[in-house]
Amino acid sequence: MDRIRGRAWKFGDAVNTDVIYPGKYLPLTDPKEMALHAFEGVRPEFAKAVKPGDVLVAGRYFGCGSSREQAATCLKALGLGAVIAESFARIYYRNAINLGLPISVCPGISKGIEEGQELEVDLASGTIKNLASGESFQAQPLPPFVLEILEAGGLIPYLKGRLRSTRSRA
Amino acid sequence: MGQTIAEKILANKSGERAVRPGQIVNAKVDVAMSHENAALVKKHFEELGLPRVWDPERIVLLFDHRVPAESVKTAQGQREVRQFARAQGIRHFYDMNAGICHQVLPERGHVRPGELIVGTDSHTTTAGAFGAFATGIGATEMAAVWATGELWLRVPETFKITVTGRFQKWVGAKDLILHIIGRLGADGADYKSVEFYGPTVEKMSLASKMVLANLAMEMGAKAAIVPPDGKTLEYVKSRTDKPFKPVYADPDAEYEKEFEFDVSGLEPQVAKPHQVDNVVPISEVSGLKVDQALLGSCTNGRLEDLEVAARILKGRRVHPDVRLLVIPASWEVYLEAMRKGILETLISAGAVVVNPGCGPCLGAHQGLLAPSERCISSTNRNFQGRMGSPEAEVYLASPAVVAASALAGELADPRGLRL
Repeated sequence: MDRIRGRAWKFGDAVNTDVIYPGKYLPLTDPKEMALHAFEGVRPEFAKAVKPGDVLVAGRYFGCGSSREQAATCLKALGLGAVIAESFARIYYRNAINLGLPISVCPGISKGIEEGQELEVDLASGTIKNLASGESFQAQPLPPFVLEILEAGGLIPYLKGRLRSTRSRA
Repeated sequence: MGQTIAEKILANKSGERAVRPGQIVNAKVDVAMSHENAALVKKHFEELGLPRVWDPERIVLLFDHRVPAESVKTAQGQREVRQFARAQGIRHFYDMNAGICHQVLPERGHVRPGELIVGTDSHTTTAGAFGAFATGIGATEMAAVWATGELWLRVPETFKITVTGRFQKWVGAKDLILHIIGRLGADGADYKSVEFYGPTVEKMSLASKMVLANLAMEMGAKAAIVPPDGKTLEYVKSRTDKPFKPVYADPDAEYEKEFEFDVSGLEPQVAKPHQVDNVVPISEVSGLKVDQALLGSCTNGRLEDLEVAARILKGRRVHPDVRLLVIPASWEVYLEAMRKGILETLISAGAVVVNPGCGPCLGAHQGLLAPSERCISSTNRNFQGRMGSPEAEVYLASPAVVAASALAGELADPRGLRL
């Protein structure tokens, strides 16, 4: 996977999916429309100011609460390069991978990075470099089959590829 | 080496003799449930280009989050799901007149001990009250389940929670699980399976066991399982003809952590804004004025919950500054509450009864909060902005606390009422 380079957007612990993507927008189906409402209630400037490649850095238990995958879809549609947190709620973690939103578990990350600092992320190796301070962090590497799903762009394209190869073998 | 209930179910469903925590298995799904977000699942499923779902008999679809449709967008989504269910021959489709998915699943015979249930809703864990391994997944993953009937799962470590002691009057399952979440933390059981044991749990009604399994999600649990007893098996058999085999833990099963709780001195508990693990006894917050009181949801909208409120509100009037909303969890509960006169008692006390569904719990409709308003709610989440304005406050508590507070106009301890 390519390296990701962008500015850090910092969030705290236990950021829940209601905060990431308010329930009133659940009926929307177009990811571009969803993107406009990311963090709307608590950080209304976020969706307007975030640039493709930027990196969301959070504390513990990012994405807790509802199973709504729109909370991952909206961040992917904004072009976010990666979401890195000390830990994730399990459904959010799976949703991000399944939707092809790069995600990484990196204990200690939230203390080593300030809002707006430039980061470089290598997902395959799990190395995160703070270009402003020169400090490096090592995230837990993603299991190979998870990387495969991310590289395919998510579970649906991944599964499509596999269904095709099953069919051509038959 | 012995296995826990979660390990045994996942081993059975993945064709293994035994599995260990941390192992990744490809498991066969018994029941796959979706509500309104089936519209999104359908969109992903259609991208796969398959003509048919893997097994229409194992898919359950229903509407509960926004019933009747609160917007054209929702109406459109529901219409697409109806058409899809018809086209795919999905018989287990329930329109807006069934109730909340986690209540409807067992009522309509879709929950069996020992089975693997997945749902596109985080509180799918509720079905663990019947001895199933039940967990929430995203819409994209559900599309893969519709296509293949399988899902990869990491076998979770298991926590064992043993509960002893007798509840005081007006204290119950909701207070217990809030107390546990307060102790373990909102991510205290992230990725774990939780099993509930002990005489206090054994004595609980099924409805109360469902409260434990439902709210265990709020400490991150992947599954929350109560071993099924005779009453549970009887209930399940009265709802389904399909055979099933209950699964129990081995005596030498290995638990990652074990916890013991004694409920004897437990006060009514309240989760303060904006996190479910922000739990304190009612005495620390009593006296705070409330604008809205909400009784309902997949956590506490069952008959025993409405009964408790009716006992407190019978012959009285809700405080003039409080709006009391009552939302039965399902049509079955709704009808039963009507036959028993519970709805009449609540309506006479000034409650507004809304049709079964999720209602305002997730901020969709039917009773949102204005900035600076405060709601006492029997639901399961108090996240900032969840029930309307991000400047509103949601306090979570038991049906008894909700009813007592509606009466008093402020957060109130039901034990202090002169009834």
